[in-house]
Amino acid sequence: MENRNRCRIVSPSRRIELEKIMKTMGFTKKIILGLMMTLGLALSAQANVGGPAWDKAPNKINDMAALQNGAKLFVNYCLNCHSAAFMRYNRLQDIGLTEAQIKDNLLVTNAKIGDTMKAAIDPQQAKAWFGVNPPDLTVIARSRAGAGGTGADYLYTYLRTFYKDETKPTGWNNLVFPNAAMPHVLWELQGVRRPVYEETTEHGAVVHVLKGWEQIKPGSMTPLQFDQSMGDLVGFLQWMGEPVQNTRVRIGVWVLLFLAMFTFFAWRLNAAYWKDIK
Amino acid sequence: MADFHEISPNAPAGEKLLNWVDNRFPASKLFKEHMSEYYAPKNFNFWYVFGSLSLLVLVIQIVTGIFLVMHYKPDAGLAFGSVEYIMRDVPWGWLIRYMHSTGASAFFVVVYLHMFRGLMYGSYRKPRELIWIFGCGIFLALMAEAFMGYLLPWGQMSYWGAQVIVNLFSAIPFVGPDLALLIRGDFVVGDATLNRFFSFHVIAVPLVLLGLVVAHIIALHEVGSNNPDGVEIKANKDANGKPLDGIPFHPYYSVHDIFAVSVFLMVFTAIVFFAPEMGGYFLEYNNFIPANPFQTPLHIAPVWYFTPFYSMLRAVTGEMMYALIACVLAGAALGVTKVKMPNLFKGIILGGAVVVVAMMLAIDAKFWGVVAMGGGVVILFFLPWLDNSEVKSIRYRPDWHKYIYAVFVVDFLVLGYLGMQPPSAIGGYVSQIGTLFYFGFFLLMPWWSRIGKSKPVPDRVTFTAH
Repeated sequence: MENRNRCRIVSPSRRIELEKIMKTMGFTKKIILGLMMTLGLALSAQANVGGPAWDKAPNKINDMAALQNGAKLFVNYCLNCHSAAFMRYNRLQDIGLTEAQIKDNLLVTNAKIGDTMKAAIDPQQAKAWFGVNPPDLTVIARSRAGAGGTGADYLYTYLRTFYKDETKPTGWNNLVFPNAAMPHVLWELQGVRRPVYEETTEHGAVVHVLKGWEQIKPGSMTPLQFDQSMGDLVGFLQWMGEPVQNTRVRIGVWVLLFLAMFTFFAWRLNAAYWKDIK
Repeated sequence: MADFHEISPNAPAGEKLLNWVDNRFPASKLFKEHMSEYYAPKNFNFWYVFGSLSLLVLVIQIVTGIFLVMHYKPDAGLAFGSVEYIMRDVPWGWLIRYMHSTGASAFFVVVYLHMFRGLMYGSYRKPRELIWIFGCGIFLALMAEAFMGYLLPWGQMSYWGAQVIVNLFSAIPFVGPDLALLIRGDFVVGDATLNRFFSFHVIAVPLVLLGLVVAHIIALHEVGSNNPDGVEIKANKDANGKPLDGIPFHPYYSVHDIFAVSVFLMVFTAIVFFAPEMGGYFLEYNNFIPANPFQTPLHIAPVWYFTPFYSMLRAVTGEMMYALIACVLAGAALGVTKVKMPNLFKGIILGGAVVVVAMMLAIDAKFWGVVAMGGGVVILFFLPWLDNSEVKSIRYRPDWHKYIYAVFVVDFLVLGYLGMQPPSAIGGYVSQIGTLFYFGFFLLMPWWSRIGKSKPVPDRVTFTAH
């Protein structure tokens, strides 16, 4: 983890800060604050408030090998608890897999090739175990974009900033999504790590800046391999969010070329008619 | 009623067919009146393409909408999934959907520019007041259409945006809570709301919209178009009664508009194919999370085209009410002292002001925020009677009017920007000043539009051949 990942743990709680802001906005308090406060910040979908800056995810949207590896990781590690309920198995042909390959390697449940990717877990059990239903991942990469970067950036950072935290029911915590209900599913690959902070003062306030990570227990992958695998997985999630995205761009180029030509002729036609107007 | 027109039996088949139709339906007559013999001023500039472009976007929205309805499910349990189904499994569904979502934003872009054109060149002034009023009606219908359409994908922003806006109606004294209940059809936004919004979005509002568009164009073609000089071209006609500065809409403005359409489509398709989310402004990121009534997003903001008015809503706080009360009292005092009128009217104005102030003190600021938001749109309807300037076009108005218009544009954009941001103390003050300026611009217009010396207006339009 590079040093630019800085975690600011601001001493007065955000909640009080927000309340202060809201007090100046009398009526708004009623509309927004009430809704916000009751539900709390832990449920935040946009986990881009505070926390470390997001790492830039590598762009693998055109890298078929990486996307296929991402699909494999997704099926092996994510699909146990998370569904991709709008994504059909046979759509994986778009990233260069054959139907036979999909059937033999990726169809672990008794699903058919034309089915959507449903999690093996029973939603009721999931709720009992984790407190929340694991969200559907079909369009997760599209939903997590924000001020900090793209959804892929967020997921890339999220998957790589789990740390051991015995105070949590799962024994794990996360830097960009504090109190995440998900344990570190990939810990066997990454090993166990702990963030190292440095205490400095900034604008007169004491802040804790993330300095780096301490590896407590090695994983089966080196940090570099793990980052690459997460890049593949995030690339797959990004692709799955909109499988048509590469086609879309390709068609777009032709459409624009056609329109450029059309515009040229429309321009000349217009000029030809308007010659008469004095 | 036209006489039955016989045509030579030796005429070409096409002519015979047209004659057959023309004897039963005024096809040629309509084409002449509205296209080939509709004389438009020849000095239209860049700003005059947005009317045709709005019509184009309306057609795009209707056609793509028809195809979306074939696959969309207006059901709280199925809606989100059906949109993803359109995006993934329906052939070319993604294109149709992106055209529709981009079209919504494009509609507001072209309509805002079209309205600004009207503002600049005084296109709302006599005898075009009704064109302007129909246009404001279109704008209002468009806002309703966009608001209800935004609920349909049933994402988090859809859901909570609708929840927040419908809850605003409950701020209306006495009838508010019942009204909000009537709109939602339930105590919270739910399946009933989705169904009625779907119904309004696909049939009720589009019918109103189409009717208003037709009225807008009929009224326009009755009085003829204004132009950047604000000169009436009908004042100078040739021997045949054809305006000297007019040219037939077809072919001159039809080829002109084809050119504009092709440039517009380049921008439009660039967004559709390369940036359909437009950085979260056209498709908000949160809307890719299915609606969840138990989980409120941290920051709820309407789509960009509503945010100037949303800012006005948020600007009206308890503190702001004192400023508004001061404005009402100052307005009444000015009216009574400066305008000559019988004492009875003076008494009515003062009494009215006292009643309004009492209501402003008695009713929650939230309600007045709703009034401000609605008022921001409704005030546009009165523009033809607020403008007292001697000349129509900004070209011949005193220079300082141009600065006022420039500030108005900046003000509108700043309000729009602030409406997208989470509430903040400084942003709150800026939007309060911005809101006061917005209403001041219109309400004080009868006074400020008379100040300054306007330049001489030419008899004929200014035009240099291309």
